[in-house]
Amino acid sequence: MSLQLLTYIVVGLSFALYIGIAIWSRAHSTSDFYIAGKGVSPVANGMATAADWMSAASFISMAGIIAFIGYDGSVYLMGWTGGYVLLALLLAPYLRKFGKFTVPEFIAERYYSKAARVVAVICLIFISFTYVAGQMRGVGIVFSRFLEVPVTTGLIIGMSVVFVYAVMGGMKGITYTQVAQYCVLIFAYTVPAVFIAIQITGNPVPQLAFGSEVTGTGTALLDKLDDIVTSLGFNQYTSGTKSRIDVFCITMALMVGTAGLPHVIVRFFTVPKVRDARVSAGYALLFIAFLYTTAPAVGSMARYNLINTIQTGEVGAPEANLAYTERPEWFRTWEQTGLVSFDDKNGDGRVQYYNDKNADFAAAAATNGWQGNELTVDRDIMVLANPEIAGLPNWVIALVAAGGIAAALSTAAGLLLVISAAISHDLVKGIIAPHISDKAELLAGRIAAAVAILIAGYLGFDPPGWVAQVVAFAFGLAAASLFPAILLGIFFKRVNREGAIAGMLTGLIFTYGYIEFFKGLFLKWAGAPWGENLAEHWLFGISPEGIGVIGMCLNFMVAITVSLLTSPPPEHIQHMVENIRIPRHLEKTS
Amino acid sequence: MNKDKRLAYWRANLRLVGICLLVWFAVSFGAGVLFVEQLNTIRFAGFQLGFWFAQQGSIYVFVGLIFFYAWRMNRIDRDHDVHEE
Repeated sequence: MSLQLLTYIVVGLSFALYIGIAIWSRAHSTSDFYIAGKGVSPVANGMATAADWMSAASFISMAGIIAFIGYDGSVYLMGWTGGYVLLALLLAPYLRKFGKFTVPEFIAERYYSKAARVVAVICLIFISFTYVAGQMRGVGIVFSRFLEVPVTTGLIIGMSVVFVYAVMGGMKGITYTQVAQYCVLIFAYTVPAVFIAIQITGNPVPQLAFGSEVTGTGTALLDKLDDIVTSLGFNQYTSGTKSRIDVFCITMALMVGTAGLPHVIVRFFTVPKVRDARVSAGYALLFIAFLYTTAPAVGSMARYNLINTIQTGEVGAPEANLAYTERPEWFRTWEQTGLVSFDDKNGDGRVQYYNDKNADFAAAAATNGWQGNELTVDRDIMVLANPEIAGLPNWVIALVAAGGIAAALSTAAGLLLVISAAISHDLVKGIIAPHISDKAELLAGRIAAAVAILIAGYLGFDPPGWVAQVVAFAFGLAAASLFPAILLGIFFKRVNREGAIAGMLTGLIFTYGYIEFFKGLFLKWAGAPWGENLAEHWLFGISPEGIGVIGMCLNFMVAITVSLLTSPPPEHIQHMVENIRIPRHLEKTS
Repeated sequence: MNKDKRLAYWRANLRLVGICLLVWFAVSFGAGVLFVEQLNTIRFAGFQLGFWFAQQGSIYVFVGLIFFYAWRMNRIDRDHDVHEE
C-alpha cells in the first residue's frame, strides 16, 4: 500500500475516533462547557493535560531543535517540565479551591476589580494567540508533507478541522478527546524512537540507548556524535554556545511561563477535589515525561543518522560525500515541500554538509574543495522525516503523521477554548452584559472562536520563527504577566488592586516590547523588528526568549511597591484568601 | 477554626513547599546549568553527568517531587484537620 493512502487511512481513523468521542461527551451546561462539570478523575485529567500541553512544538519541533543545538536544547526540556512543579506546589490546589471557571475570573475577584479582569483578559489573549500561531504552523507542515498539498492549503484544512472540533466539544468533550489524542501521540512518538534505538545501539529503550554504545564501535553514542559534528566544524553536541545567563533565564521563563499559561491552569479547575488537583499535576508530568525523556534521545539519533547519510565516509575524501543523484527517497519528497534544499556550490554533484560559519574550519573546507554548506534542512521536519531517514516501514511514518496532527489539534482546541471563554465569560458576561442568557453566552464563545482561528491562521502563515520559538515567546509573556498576579494573590494578602494591575501591565508591556523590538511579532507591517537581534545589543545578555524573567521580576517589584503605598485590600478579600489556603470549607465565624 | 491553628497549617505548608523548591532548583538550575561543566567530568552510564541532568535526570526528579509533595501535603492536611471530607 502506498504511503499516501496509508496516511489518509490512519489520519482519517484518528479523526473519526476524536469526533466520535466529542459527540459522545457533548457539554450539557456552561459548567460542562468551561470546566467539564468538575467531574474528571485525576488520572484522566493528567492525561488530557499532557495532550493539551504537548503541542506541535513538543511533538514536531523539539527533538529537531535539540538535534541541531545539542545541550542548548536542554532549556526546552527542563523549562517545559519544571513548570509543573511550580504549578503543583504554588497554584493548582489553591485555584481549584477557589472553584470558578477562568483565570481572569480569579484575578477579578481577588483584586475586586473589573479593570484587573480586563487586563488579565488582554494578557491571556496575547499569550494564547502567540501560542496558537505556533500550532497552526505545525498543522500546516504535517498536512503539506503527508497529504501532499502546499503549506497554505494545509493550514486551511487544519484551521477548518480545529474549528469544527473546538466548537463541538466544550471542556468536557475536549478532555475526553485529549485522552485519546494522548494515546495516539505517545504511541506515534515512541514506536519510531524504539526502532531507531535498536538500529543504532541495540537497546530498545530510547532513554537508555541515548547513553549506550553505537553497535560495533565500542564508543558511546554521545561521544561518537561529538566526534562527528566537530569533524565537520560544528559545535560539540554535549556543550552549548548560549551564555550561561541566557540558558538560565530562558529555562526560568519557560518554567514560570508554563505555570502561568491559562489553558494549563484551567485544567486543574476540572477535578473534583483540592487533593486531586495536587496529584493530577503529578500524573500530567508523568505522562509528559514519557515524551520529554524520549525527545533528547530522538534528537541525538536523528542528527547521527542525518550526518551518516550525507557524510558516508572520512571527511575530506571526495567520494565520502553523498552523490546528489543517489539521494534517498525521503530527501526527494522533502525537497518538494521546500523544507530540504540542496545548492551545489562547488559543482561536484555531491552534497557537502558542514558548518561554513566556523572560521577555524574554513581552511580545512577549502583544502577539500568545499565552497560552502550545500544542504539546508528545516529543523521542524526532523521528527517527521526521522522514520524515513532510518528506513522504517510506511505504517510507522503514517502513524507519526497522525501523532503530529493529534498533538497540534489537542493543543489548539484547548487554547481556543480559553480564548472563547475569556471573551464570552469574562468580557461579555463579566463586564459588558451581566444578564446574558447561557445560550447567548455560548454563541458569543463560538463567534470568538471563529475569529480567533482566522487570526491564528494568518499568524501561522507568516510566523516570526521556528514553531518552538514562537511558542517560547508565549511563555515569556505568561511569566511576566499572569504568574506573579496569581502567585501574589494566594501567598501575599497585602497585595491589592492597584498593585496587581500596575504589575501586570509593567510585566506585559516590558516583555512584549522587548520581543517586538528584537524579533517582530504582530507589528511586522509597521517595520518591526527595529533592533538587530544580536547578543551584544541584548539587555544583560538576555535573549528575547529569556526576557520574561526580567519582566516577571519587574512585575513583582511594581506590584508589591504600589500595594504597600496604597490601602490594603478590604476585609472580605482577606477572608477569601484565608479560605483558598485551606482545603476544607472555612466558616465565616472564625 | 482559630487563627493560630490556621497559621500553624500554613507554616507547615510553606516549609514543605520551600524544601521541594530547593530540590527543584538544585537538579535543574544547579546540576543542569550552573555546575554543568564540573559535573560533566563525571561519567554516568555513558553520559556526562551534567548533560544527563539537563536532558534526563531533572525531569525524573520533577515527577517524583510532585508525587512526594502531594503525599506529604495530604498528611499535613489530616494532621491539622483541614482535609476535605
